[in-house]
Amino acid sequence: MLVYETLFPKECAEKRPGCPNIFIVRKDEDVYSQTLRKLFNESHGIFVGLQRTEEELAGKSRKAQLVRVSKNYRSVIRACMEEMHQLAISTRDPELQCQHSTQVSILSAMELIWNLCEILFVEVAPAGHLLLHLLDWVRLHVCDVDSMVREVLSSENPSKHKDFWNAVDIFVLQGRMDDARHLLSKEASANPTSMGMCKILDDLMKKMPILSIGNTQTLTEMELKWQHWHEECQRYLQDGTFASNLHMESICKILLGDENAILEKKELMTTWYHFLVTRLVYSHPTVKPVELRFYAQSSLDLFLGGESSPEPLDNILMAAFEFEIHQVIKECSIALSNWWFVAHLTDLLDHCKLLQSHNLYFGSNMREFLLLEYASGLFSHHSLWQLGVDYFDHCPEYGKVYLELHIERIPLNTEQKALKVLRICEQRQMHEQVRSICKIMAMKAVRNNRLGSALSWSIRAKDAAFATLISDRFLKDYCERGSFSDLDLIDNLGPSMLLSDRLTFLGKYREFHRLYGEKRFSEAAKLLLMLMTARIAPCSFWMTLLTDALPLLEQKEVIFSAEQTYELMRCLEDLTAGKTDNQKLQVDDVETTKVEILRLALARNLARAIVKEGTLEGS
Amino acid sequence: MEDFSAKFVSQKISKTRWRPVPAAALQPPELFATGSWDNEENKISVWSVGDFGSLGPNGEYQEEPQLLCDIRHHGDVMDMQFFDQERIVAASSTGSVTVFRHHQNNQTLSINQRWERAHYHVDPDTPFYGGASCTGVICNNPEIVTVGEDGRINLFRADHREAVRTIENADSSTLHAVTFLRTTEILTVNSIGQLKIWDFRQQRNEPSQIFSLTGDRIPLHCVDRHPNQQHIVATGGQDGMLSIWDVRQGSMPVSLLNAHEAEMWEVHFHPSNPDHLFTCSEDGSLWHWDTSTDVSEKPSFFHQGGRSTTLLSHTANQSVISAWLSNNPTKDRMEITNLVPNQTLSVNSLDVLGPCLVCGTDAEAIYVNRHLFA
Repeated sequence: MLVYETLFPKECAEKRPGCPNIFIVRKDEDVYSQTLRKLFNESHGIFVGLQRTEEELAGKSRKAQLVRVSKNYRSVIRACMEEMHQLAISTRDPELQCQHSTQVSILSAMELIWNLCEILFVEVAPAGHLLLHLLDWVRLHVCDVDSMVREVLSSENPSKHKDFWNAVDIFVLQGRMDDARHLLSKEASANPTSMGMCKILDDLMKKMPILSIGNTQTLTEMELKWQHWHEECQRYLQDGTFASNLHMESICKILLGDENAILEKKELMTTWYHFLVTRLVYSHPTVKPVELRFYAQSSLDLFLGGESSPEPLDNILMAAFEFEIHQVIKECSIALSNWWFVAHLTDLLDHCKLLQSHNLYFGSNMREFLLLEYASGLFSHHSLWQLGVDYFDHCPEYGKVYLELHIERIPLNTEQKALKVLRICEQRQMHEQVRSICKIMAMKAVRNNRLGSALSWSIRAKDAAFATLISDRFLKDYCERGSFSDLDLIDNLGPSMLLSDRLTFLGKYREFHRLYGEKRFSEAAKLLLMLMTARIAPCSFWMTLLTDALPLLEQKEVIFSAEQTYELMRCLEDLTAGKTDNQKLQVDDVETTKVEILRLALARNLARAIVKEGTLEGS
Repeated sequence: MEDFSAKFVSQKISKTRWRPVPAAALQPPELFATGSWDNEENKISVWSVGDFGSLGPNGEYQEEPQLLCDIRHHGDVMDMQFFDQERIVAASSTGSVTVFRHHQNNQTLSINQRWERAHYHVDPDTPFYGGASCTGVICNNPEIVTVGEDGRINLFRADHREAVRTIENADSSTLHAVTFLRTTEILTVNSIGQLKIWDFRQQRNEPSQIFSLTGDRIPLHCVDRHPNQQHIVATGGQDGMLSIWDVRQGSMPVSLLNAHEAEMWEVHFHPSNPDHLFTCSEDGSLWHWDTSTDVSEKPSFFHQGGRSTTLLSHTANQSVISAWLSNNPTKDRMEITNLVPNQTLSVNSLDVLGPCLVCGTDAEAIYVNRHLFA
């Protein structure tokens, strides 16, 4: 059984549900974070942009486009992370601070994973270049060395600073040779005895062969150069050039890719993937994507050394290094508290054509499944639902069904909101929903006694039955009060009048009144008669119409011709004859008197009309 | 788009308004207010974009708007106007109308005055009065006019507790927007495509004039009046159509211009440069209509000496008239640019003042451009 928390004050908050089959369902808290809302909104734009991009763009330009999209996503995560960080340091409330800090670390992990996926799956860097990307990745995410260096450099005697060698080491570990050499020069100038040593080390660092993105040299060339350089480092280490300085000796060992020397700097690297990248830089600079998994696994084992077990983040990264995309997504779905990350990442990877073969045994495919989950989450929020619409739009299989089910559950508290929801439905030809929204709004208007509004809504939905109902209300109001309400609307029905018979009658009947008011009697009389003979008027209303004819019959000049009068008489007879004897008995005196008066008036008018017509013909 | 600075604000923005600059001042506006909708807790916020206080931490010039203060608003903010330099009038979906005061010395907002049930539905069966959404508000110090879903028009005066004048059942359909035509006359648009003029000097509770779109009854959502030539009125409809009306003659629009693909939520003539018009829409676009582009149509008279001034003013005047009222403006000279392309969610509101434009969207972003004519 699922139980949902309500707003009722918890009287027995301490009590856990006793039955093991009861689970408390909680709201997804992430959706309610002010900062994460920016993430949802900004990434929505990127998502829609990605769906619109030209699939036809071939090869390189398509790849460049996808990488750009991926970077956009990451920059949004970063912006969000920075804002969360600002919040965390500015708030005084320790609980909030803790909450914000947790979010910062989650966002930072997201960005870390995304970046790695971008390198491995989107960029698909070839051997050689792959490592350059991985180096950037490590530099971006692992321990901020720059503040340490600033501190070191700003001290009076940098080379004597306690962190001096740590800083040099970090630069070396991250492959930032120029920075390392710059720092080393401080040592050289401050300490004349080690100048020679420094110069040699500096020279080695300078000579280290590296591939650059724009470089055209081949891998074989690179490997050859690397071999030479490696041998040179080896020589210096063996002849004890750095023996007098432990720090420099260990750096030289690192340059040689000595695993133990690198592992000694564990504290400086902080993570196993930093260790992995450092190891690759100095021992396998031309590593191929497929080889990554072996190095990754052994790096993790070496780094943790059996002391601790890998955490979820480690597993996710490992899965990425193993190119197990589905495993990455699965682990992320479990570890992260919302669907934002997996939905967007999966969509991007799907656009890279990496997920085609995989089908789920439920739903359609993984991309769609995750997008549906994410969008449903948005729809549960009472403001973010608008974003969800576009996600459903891009789920070819079940998107429309989901949208139909969700959109009907949006509360419509103002007409403006109703119009927005209506626009969404109309654009997608969701006729059923359009009808239901209009009906809801029309019902509301009727309840509020806003018949004009109600009629507008039912006309928009082309809901004939409801239009008839409202027209009847108008007519009833007229019978009771003797005047029309909402004239501005009824006078302007236009073609929409044809929606229902009753509405047509309402419009025409009002037209009769207008003609009468304007003293255009013969037109009015013609219209009145037509309303009955063409059976537009409901039978229940005929008596009223005939009564309306009375003043026309009593006018000084003859308005109804003889023929028209006959027709009126027939209408009257139809009306009275239609009633059974039983009904006749119940008809009150007023009704009988009315009929009598009408008959009299009709007879008199007929007489006058015959005379007039005879005279006209004779003359 | 490059000229725009965007800021995501974690709330769907329903209205954006520049704070008016004092008549004598020449500098561009520095403050604007926003209102949100469809949030659990809606807000009125005041933002700064001026040079004042907007230098970033590293001393670089920051274009991004900075939040100065905000205050809770009960219900969706349906419309909002600056009453004067300090006061903001907001219309709520609950039917109330609230005047907020912006205290500039300590950057706070407070409630100055409130008309709780300005708009309401009368339930025929029970004595319960349900609030009806107040959809439009317009100020002309000291008067405030509001319209609502209940078809009611209220005339308030600041510092008066009760409405000075109320026209019950002024419209049988929903009134969507209101603006002043002259000091005693207002214009309203409704959901059956009518534009009505109401004159408060008349005691009759009937419009003095009704204009309407022919036949199809497309709802009108916004209305604005030409700042100098008061007979020229622009309205925007549900189908995204821009209609230009000449209220001196006829009962139909002078021109209909196909514009957006969905509801046009706001239309504004540029207050000091009325050859320019701005519209925004549910389809996520913000358009700039420029009728002043064709320079060749306006010959220069500078070399003609003495007579130039009269000729110049004459032609300038004529070109303005013909710009909006000519029967076929699109054919003549009109340049239209979409200022925020690639936006998918609705641009709900915009405001222009001097060289500055601000707009707010359902994507929870506000965009500011401070160099419109650059």
